[in-house]
Amino acid sequence: MVATHTHDATGATEATSDAITNAERQAPSRTLPPAKKLRVATASLAGCFGCHMSLLDIDERLIDLIELVDFDRTPITDIKHLGDCDLGIIEGGVANAENVEVLRGFRRHCRILVALGACAVNGGIPAMRNGFALSECLEEAFIDGIGLYNRGIPNDPELPLLLSQVHPIHEIVKVDYCLPGCPPSGDAIWAFLTALLQGRPIALSDKQLHYD
Amino acid sequence: MAIVEGRFRLDGVEIPFQPGQTIMDAALAAAVYIPHLCHHPALLPHGSCRVCVVRVNGREVSSCTTPATAGLEVESETEALRALRVAILQMLFVEGNHVCPACERTGACELQAVAYHCGMLEPHFTHFFPRRELDASHPDLVLDLNRCILCERCVRASRDLDRKRVFAVAGRGLDSHLIVDSPTGRLGDSRLELTDQAAHICPVGAILLRQRAGDVGERHGFRVPIGERPYDRESISRVGDVATLVEES
Amino acid sequence: MHQVIPGAPATGLGPAAPSDRPDPAPARIAQVVERSLARLGRRPEQVLQHLIALQQAFSFVPEAGIRALTERLDVTRAQCLAAIDFYAFLHRTPRGQYNILLSDNITDRMLGSQRLMQLLCERLGVDPGVPRADGRVSVDVTSCTGMCDQAPALLVNGFAITRLDEDRMRHIAALVDTRVPLQHWPQDYFAVSNHVQRSGLLLRDLEVRDAGLSALFERGGDAVLAEIERSGLRGRGGAGFTTALKWRFCRETGQPQKVVVCNADEGEPGTFKDRVLLTAYADLVIEGMTLCAGIVGAREGFIYLRGEYRYLLEHLEAVLQRRRELGLLGKQIGASARTALRSGLSVGRGTDAGINAGIGPDMDVISGAAQTGDQTSNQTSNQTSAVRGRLDAVDGPFDFDIQIHLGAGAYICGEESALIESLEGKRGVTRKRPPFPVTAGYLNRPTLVNNVETFLAAARVAEHGGYWLRSEGTDLSAGSKILSVSGDCALPGVYEVPFGTSVRELLDLCGAQSVQAVQVSGAAGSTLSAEELDRVLAFEDLPTAGAFMVFGQQRDLLEMVRNFAGFFVHESCGFCTPCRVGGVLLRDLIEKVASGRASAHDLEEMRRIGDLMRRASHCGLGHTAPNHLLQTLEKFPWIYQTRLASAEYTPAFDLDAALAEARRLSGRDDPGAHLAS
Ligand SMILES: Cc1cc2nc3c(=O)[nH]c(=O)nc-3n(C[C@H](O)[C@H](O)[C@H](O)COP(=O)(O)O)c2cc1C
Ligand code: SF4
Ligand code: SF4
Ligand code: SF4
Ligand code: FES
Ligand code: FES
Repeated sequence: MVATHTHDATGATEATSDAITNAERQAPSRTLPPAKKLRVATASLAGCFGCHMSLLDIDERLIDLIELVDFDRTPITDIKHLGDCDLGIIEGGVANAENVEVLRGFRRHCRILVALGACAVNGGIPAMRNGFALSECLEEAFIDGIGLYNRGIPNDPELPLLLSQVHPIHEIVKVDYCLPGCPPSGDAIWAFLTALLQGRPIALSDKQLHYD
Repeated sequence: MAIVEGRFRLDGVEIPFQPGQTIMDAALAAAVYIPHLCHHPALLPHGSCRVCVVRVNGREVSSCTTPATAGLEVESETEALRALRVAILQMLFVEGNHVCPACERTGACELQAVAYHCGMLEPHFTHFFPRRELDASHPDLVLDLNRCILCERCVRASRDLDRKRVFAVAGRGLDSHLIVDSPTGRLGDSRLELTDQAAHICPVGAILLRQRAGDVGERHGFRVPIGERPYDRESISRVGDVATLVEES
Repeated sequence: MHQVIPGAPATGLGPAAPSDRPDPAPARIAQVVERSLARLGRRPEQVLQHLIALQQAFSFVPEAGIRALTERLDVTRAQCLAAIDFYAFLHRTPRGQYNILLSDNITDRMLGSQRLMQLLCERLGVDPGVPRADGRVSVDVTSCTGMCDQAPALLVNGFAITRLDEDRMRHIAALVDTRVPLQHWPQDYFAVSNHVQRSGLLLRDLEVRDAGLSALFERGGDAVLAEIERSGLRGRGGAGFTTALKWRFCRETGQPQKVVVCNADEGEPGTFKDRVLLTAYADLVIEGMTLCAGIVGAREGFIYLRGEYRYLLEHLEAVLQRRRELGLLGKQIGASARTALRSGLSVGRGTDAGINAGIGPDMDVISGAAQTGDQTSNQTSNQTSAVRGRLDAVDGPFDFDIQIHLGAGAYICGEESALIESLEGKRGVTRKRPPFPVTAGYLNRPTLVNNVETFLAAARVAEHGGYWLRSEGTDLSAGSKILSVSGDCALPGVYEVPFGTSVRELLDLCGAQSVQAVQVSGAAGSTLSAEELDRVLAFEDLPTAGAFMVFGQQRDLLEMVRNFAGFFVHESCGFCTPCRVGGVLLRDLIEKVASGRASAHDLEEMRRIGDLMRRASHCGLGHTAPNHLLQTLEKFPWIYQTRLASAEYTPAFDLDAALAEARRLSGRDDPGAHLAS
């Protein structure tokens, strides 16, 4: 009786609604030309690297992926400076000034920007610090914590300053697609990427869509 | 067999209903799922979450409070309504602090499961990141308001089923918040007991059973392995109260 | 020219003794609770009224008072706290001895209320919202207090002071600092003018008293109801439901213990005509309620009076008492001849007559104002009552009495089901429907809720018959509408005009020039541009509860939008998700626009959130809250466009400001410690 439901992450065919829909943002307003090899960059902001590990978790399909894409700046390549890319993938939320700059760089250079994983999508575990004032966090870490020497809040200009709260990336830049999960499974990432790279609507099954 | 008062159509499917039933009651009894959060079959209809919104005669109404009437044409699983529900769910997510990976209810949470069903991929709006209380004063239960969605299921269950009035919603607007009836306002000093229905009716991870070392018996929270939790394998549209109700009838 | 109501606190200063703070003596708390219980009884639904009594006595609701109530009534502590936290005028911690609330409607702001508030705060050395350390004074804002025709206005310990200016503010600060009791403040501060600028069908020719009631006694309920039906009278509270239909339904329902409620919550920003009706025409309003009770068969009635109009309480109690003495309320109404000639005391039928005769004795001290009225103030004693002898009552005499319930600062309590919840002592949260109040309302009893003006109109229709009302207005909107006109015009005040009057005609009447926009029917209503002035005030075009706010060319309409958006955030009951959360999202986006940080993307977001609220909210508040935004986006797009940042998408928050705390903690201010927006 109940129709099975797939999650159409693009909402591509369904522009009927005038209500707010994530399909809106997921809509392939920016599609990728399928033919040539695509340039992809990734970055980890305030995350745990779990999403990158999950990306590697697509196992032997990595080989297929390499067929489809060239990697620009990522934590797994050695490229330090971001060039123009077709696809940028961000893991992690935005916790400090450097995260903001990296994220903005990605937005400038990538035609399509993807929020990968819970932290990028809604702040995730790092955002649990938002329940405390920044002063409480820093005092606990650098002044009142056990076993500290040389107590004091760092003021080295080399260190990025913390934002008063951790934010998901869509609160700073426009995001084209989101893939939730902590981390999203290798399967989900594969389904997502292949659909995206091939210009198909993105459909996640019940098992692939989860927030944990 | 109960008297059938009439029939209406839900997404083109005929649904029989009995006198006094709402659209939601009749749909669930016919094993047709309409997303819902504040509605609970054991409680009086409430109508606050608005996730059960359906379209009747060109207007949106909450199906859990709208009486079924013969000949109604009700739309539910349309793209427009899905989008509306997603937006309402997104509002619930950004209003509170929902960090699913760190929540014991994950995998068994109705908010999450309904959001999966509706295809919500991201919270979309700007997060409020409110500061909310956590009350761990009770020996058997924890109340974490970071995740409370103000569905008042616990309020209604305690008042109408347990006859205790342990919970109430105070304040108004965005400042609405759940409070506990006790001299100190703490759950540990209230009359709430583990055997109360109110202790088990929260759709999210706001009222949680405490886990203690050496607990045996029913597994809950993080003790249930990923993959075996209620909504891991099946959508809430198939394994939620919609299924239980059918079993019962 | 205009009758003035002395609104000064005859009951005294309320909390004044410093020894009351912060912990009032247990004996005094017990005394206040006892007195309130003695007056109102021990039914749990009275709990809100008891809490209001405690608030008035102590400037907050002390924990011991809550305890006493839970011991004496069937209510829990949590229920009390839930209500205290819901109503804006109830507090868990002490306010200042002088608790000052500035009315914060856009019409107040247009006359400089924000500057005046700043001045007052500076003078008093107090921060908005925070009582001064010595407990003497607190200053805050509150939603529209219904004084828009004499704005800016404030409430001090619940009593209205109007026509604020810098001099008044300085003087008020001095009065507070020298601890002058409110009774000794200049009485003209408390003057509230009626400003009836134009009387029409309803407010004209009021020589005969209680003619509507006598029609009931002479002709019977069926006949009078038929007249009301014939008149096509529609509810004046906004929704325009056919009054006779509601009354008939209630009359015919088999359920006993029906209740008649007068909705005097008048919370819609920009509305104040009910204030004037209750001041100058209270008898007519109460007559209408009595008539209604006679027709539908109700014995119990309530006037739900918004807390902001508490200064009218004694006046209204006096009118009720006088009517009881005349046999027009209480037992066996219509049975006695006493009602016939002793009309000398009865008032409220003068065109712009005030309540001089209705002022309680203790108010005489301050009613120098009574002489400022024109000759109509004496006219009442010349009136003759139409209620004569033992009337041949078709339906027989009936019992009916009215209690006044006070609100405590909640706009949503004007919505009839929320109002009923509030009458039951609860938070004012709208009920689901069905059941409708006429079927199951107050304590599940059939409950008929009408607006103040509707009752007044019904009384006059009963007097003159249905065709009389139809002699004015349009087919779908019979008769006239009493409007509250404020904003940029020469003659703010109350105007009674026939339905079908165009916006332009009304603008001419009130002396408005170079109009940019008109907000019809309050914050929840319609925003009209200067191109739409030929639209007409009528249910079929511009339905209105009565507010009419004029915005001149010099105004920045975004200020109106900001004000209204803030109002709806403050007044959302919080029950349903779209209004509770959506309202805040909208307000924040509007503030983002105002700060110049928004992008075109944000405007689109605003449209969609507004659309969602309209469609999916639980009640009328959420359905209408985005109106002003959606309509200004459409009709006045430049107020938004000119403020947008050039980027296509901008951060949700001010990035550099989000680093401020870290800069402070680390002591850094180097270039790396900043972010461009
Ligand atoms: C948010 C909201 C506020 C309202 N405020 C008032 C009010 O202050 N006064 C009023 O008479 N009606 C108000 N109403 C309308 C009432 O719900 C109800 O329709 C009215 O009192 C019925 O009386 P009438 O038929 O005489 O108009 C409000 C409605 C809503 C949705
Ligand atoms: S309550 Fe549900 S949605 Fe919220 S954090 Fe827990 S699992 Fe996630
Ligand atoms: S605690 Fe749970 S059941 Fe109670 S109102 Fe909050 S979300 Fe609903
Ligand atoms: S729309 Fe919802 S939240 Fe807003 S006032 Fe109505 S019931 Fe309350
Ligand atoms: S970094 Fe991937 S989920 Fe947090
Ligand atoms: S389930 Fe119907 S409004 Fe919540």
